[in-house]
Amino acid sequence: MQNLISIITFLPLIAALILALFLKGEDEAAQRNAKWLALIATTATLFISLFLLFGFDPSNTDFQFVEEREWLLGLKYKMGVDGISILFVMLTTFLMPITIAACWEVKVRVKEYMIAFLVLETLMLGVFTALDLVLFYLFFEGGLIPMFLIIGIWGGKDRIYAAFKFFLYTFLGSLLMLVAMIAMYVDAGTTDIPSLMMHTFASETFPVLGIQIVGGMQTLLFLAFFASFAVKMPMWPVHTWLPDAHVQAPTAGSVILAAVLLKMGGYGFLRFSLPMFPVGSEVMSTFVFWLSAIAIVYASLVALAQEDMKKLIAYSSVAHMGYVTMGIFTVNQQGLDGAIFQMLSHGFVSGALFLIVGVVYDRMHTRDIAAYGGLMVRMPVYALIFMLFTMANVGLPGTSGFIGEFLTLMAIFQVNTWVALVATSGVIFSAGYALWLYRRVMLGDLIKESLKTIKDMTGREKAIFAPLVVMTLLLGVYPALVTDVIGPSVEHLIGQYEVALNDYTPATELALAGDH
Amino acid sequence: MTSTDLAIILPEVFLALYAMVALLGAVWTGKDDTAPLLCWLTAAVFVAVAVWIALAGGTTHVAFGGMFVDDAFARFAKVTLLLAGAVVLILSEGFFTRRGAMHFEYPILITLASIGMMVMVSAGDLITLYMGLELQSLSLYVVAAIRRDSLKSTEAGLKYFILGALSSGLLLYGASLTYGYAGSTVFRDIYAAATDGHVGFGLLLGLTFMISGLAFKVSAVPFHMWTPDVYEGSPTPVTAFFASAPKMAAMAMFARAMHDAFGDAVADWQQIVALVAVLSVFLGAIAGIGQRDIKRLMAYSSISHMGFALIGLAAGTERGVSAMLIYMAIYVTMNIGTFAFILSMEREGQHVTRIEGVSLLSRKEPVTALAMLVLLFSLAGVPPLVGFFGKFAVLAAALDAGLVWVAALGAVGSVISAFYYLRIVYYMYFGSEEAEQIDGSMSPAQWVVLVASAAIMVVGVINLFGVDGLAANAAASLVVN
Repeated sequence: MQNLISIITFLPLIAALILALFLKGEDEAAQRNAKWLALIATTATLFISLFLLFGFDPSNTDFQFVEEREWLLGLKYKMGVDGISILFVMLTTFLMPITIAACWEVKVRVKEYMIAFLVLETLMLGVFTALDLVLFYLFFEGGLIPMFLIIGIWGGKDRIYAAFKFFLYTFLGSLLMLVAMIAMYVDAGTTDIPSLMMHTFASETFPVLGIQIVGGMQTLLFLAFFASFAVKMPMWPVHTWLPDAHVQAPTAGSVILAAVLLKMGGYGFLRFSLPMFPVGSEVMSTFVFWLSAIAIVYASLVALAQEDMKKLIAYSSVAHMGYVTMGIFTVNQQGLDGAIFQMLSHGFVSGALFLIVGVVYDRMHTRDIAAYGGLMVRMPVYALIFMLFTMANVGLPGTSGFIGEFLTLMAIFQVNTWVALVATSGVIFSAGYALWLYRRVMLGDLIKESLKTIKDMTGREKAIFAPLVVMTLLLGVYPALVTDVIGPSVEHLIGQYEVALNDYTPATELALAGDH
Repeated sequence: MTSTDLAIILPEVFLALYAMVALLGAVWTGKDDTAPLLCWLTAAVFVAVAVWIALAGGTTHVAFGGMFVDDAFARFAKVTLLLAGAVVLILSEGFFTRRGAMHFEYPILITLASIGMMVMVSAGDLITLYMGLELQSLSLYVVAAIRRDSLKSTEAGLKYFILGALSSGLLLYGASLTYGYAGSTVFRDIYAAATDGHVGFGLLLGLTFMISGLAFKVSAVPFHMWTPDVYEGSPTPVTAFFASAPKMAAMAMFARAMHDAFGDAVADWQQIVALVAVLSVFLGAIAGIGQRDIKRLMAYSSISHMGFALIGLAAGTERGVSAMLIYMAIYVTMNIGTFAFILSMEREGQHVTRIEGVSLLSRKEPVTALAMLVLLFSLAGVPPLVGFFGKFAVLAAALDAGLVWVAALGAVGSVISAFYYLRIVYYMYFGSEEAEQIDGSMSPAQWVVLVASAAIMVVGVINLFGVDGLAANAAASLVVN
């Protein structure tokens, strides 16, 4: 199949168009049709993407299923996947049907809600498959529009503030990236991502406003991309939009935000920063390590103090993303494997945790931790699932959360022991906030009047969680499922990175010598 | 004067004859009663002339000893401005007729202004340029004040006239200095006056004054002050016209004056244009935040957009001109769509322009709101909408020419301006119940223009309808390598 990737990417968009053009009315039947159409479209996308997964040859480190066509302004429409991106594509297609099923109870403007999610899926898939800089940017930025609407229309009380903050924060970061992209285009004469990975950008030190920039153009380009990806990740200290956005977003929006949108930053580091600016990455790596370590400890401590369940999970996401950035910039096999694994695992676990909050929120319409307590008595199935994902969030061996944390910590230990020391303490904090949350919500006596009639999970809710439970456990006990697919591509990336650095080393010495 | 010369200016001559015949015809018959028909007829004529010019094609023709140039660049600008004029005329007809303010002079004045603009973009000589500019300006002054019974409209017309006259004065003064030091008013002779990529001090002075005058016409900072007042005060269809065709014409004229007359001294004007461009982007973006009136907001938005187009010009390259043309074509399309909506903003039969008026529009008119959403995000330059490609082309041209700081600042400026476009989206989708909401419905013409323009912003992602190729072609004919 020649156009497999395009079919996967644009299938949800076509479904969205059908919804927009042909579905009229706002009555019960129309709402049901909209939901079913969206569910069918996303499930079909999932099934078609399985062809991609099974047709993919992990031992080949080149881009596969490549499509190329002329586009406008001398740009190219080029799509393809390699070992790094394919699992993100799978993560997206896997989570979308779950997300759609999770918003089954929404009653307000259902048609528009479904359209927003379908458009968002197309844009997310495009991010992971685009092999042209501008095409990537198009998908990367385009995702802001549906997410802005999802938060703004279907969100909570302070949704307006959250939606604006989300949009403007990410937009500013991205525009700097756009300028850097154009600079790369001018320098390399192409926007083709595989060619750019081969291109060596200048790394001679030069002064900007009297400051010597070690790594020269590469460092500047790195910083411009960093501005965008760090906001998206999000890394401390530009993470502040995330708790606001998460708290205000509807459950399904939170799931997608945490599970897929945050991964775009990490994917960006792997796709652009490491292969295209190896020198810049090396120069800035210590800086990134410390930001990550601070994120892990600080976000975990902040999570301890939260009163709102969603906010707590949002901060725990920030902490977990800290492991990812740390792992990526160690640039060794464990680090990169661990980072990708952590991102995938976090996709399942944090997605599930937001769904878990959604379950009780649908019943009680509050996310205050204080409003709950002793739920285990009336909701045993819920308690079990909540327990499992709490443990996965903590990183208990046997769950997917463990593998990513362990690998990244092992990787950082080889590179920078002090950062490893600080970051490892985060593991303890995460056990602290996650278990304490569980204790306050689930355990103890059921004394609150309002909770006395609460019902356990329905069949639909159990069905939503089933695939997530399976994935979390499966990846926890058999991580090779992931590492076998990403391994060769990661190895290839590391090889190229080291070659680039070897070429550079003498110049660094010179530049550093010149500084002192 | 030979027949070949006349053949080259045939479209302009034809339009001028049409304007006179229409004037006579309207006075002879029913005067204002014929006005709506005249509007549609004029729009049809505009479209016909645009098609005629587009199909004529061919190479560069020069008439009257270099005073008038008909090249791909001029044709691109003319087709754009004529089509824009046609659509605005169609939109105006419904608006004025509903309010009993349809004067038969209106389409005729728009025609005369369009002839002026066509001359402007084809000018190969300072005199031709000034003639075209004055024909356009004088018609527009009158159009701004066409609602004689409205204090605001009259005030807008007067303000526009006084400030426009001042800018014409600046331009003329610059032109006279240029003539004095270059010894000719023809662009190609002025071009030859530059040595080693620079012009002498006297010419530099002339150049500076001319840029000031031209910046006035494109409403670039620091000569932008007239724009918000005139936009707010003029009848809305007139504002829609101001924000589209004349902007295209003035920008094209700017590019032609710079490249045809001073193309050998790019370094001399590049920094001025770059500074003006960055200032416009920022002023338009920041000052727009405080605006509550949608017409004033669109004025600041246009200042910001003109700044962006000027970044393309500041690149001083063929690529820059091509980017500028793409940007302007996209801008004009977005703007007309947006104004089609603004024209329909009514509450209890009264035209309202407060932004709050669009509150919760998405509940009552989901399609209209969606179309506006697309246009606003496109105006903000958010991909995947076409507005982004305009910004991309311009930034790429600027970086290509080494203007890194200009490009970076432009990018920052566009984030700031995103805020006020988002705010309109905010009112449409999340706004408050208490606000005085608009309750009018759109006329079919307005609705079609709005939806078509939004559709272009989405579908254009596929290939920009080939506009990029045409613009590159046009730029190649203007910039001498």
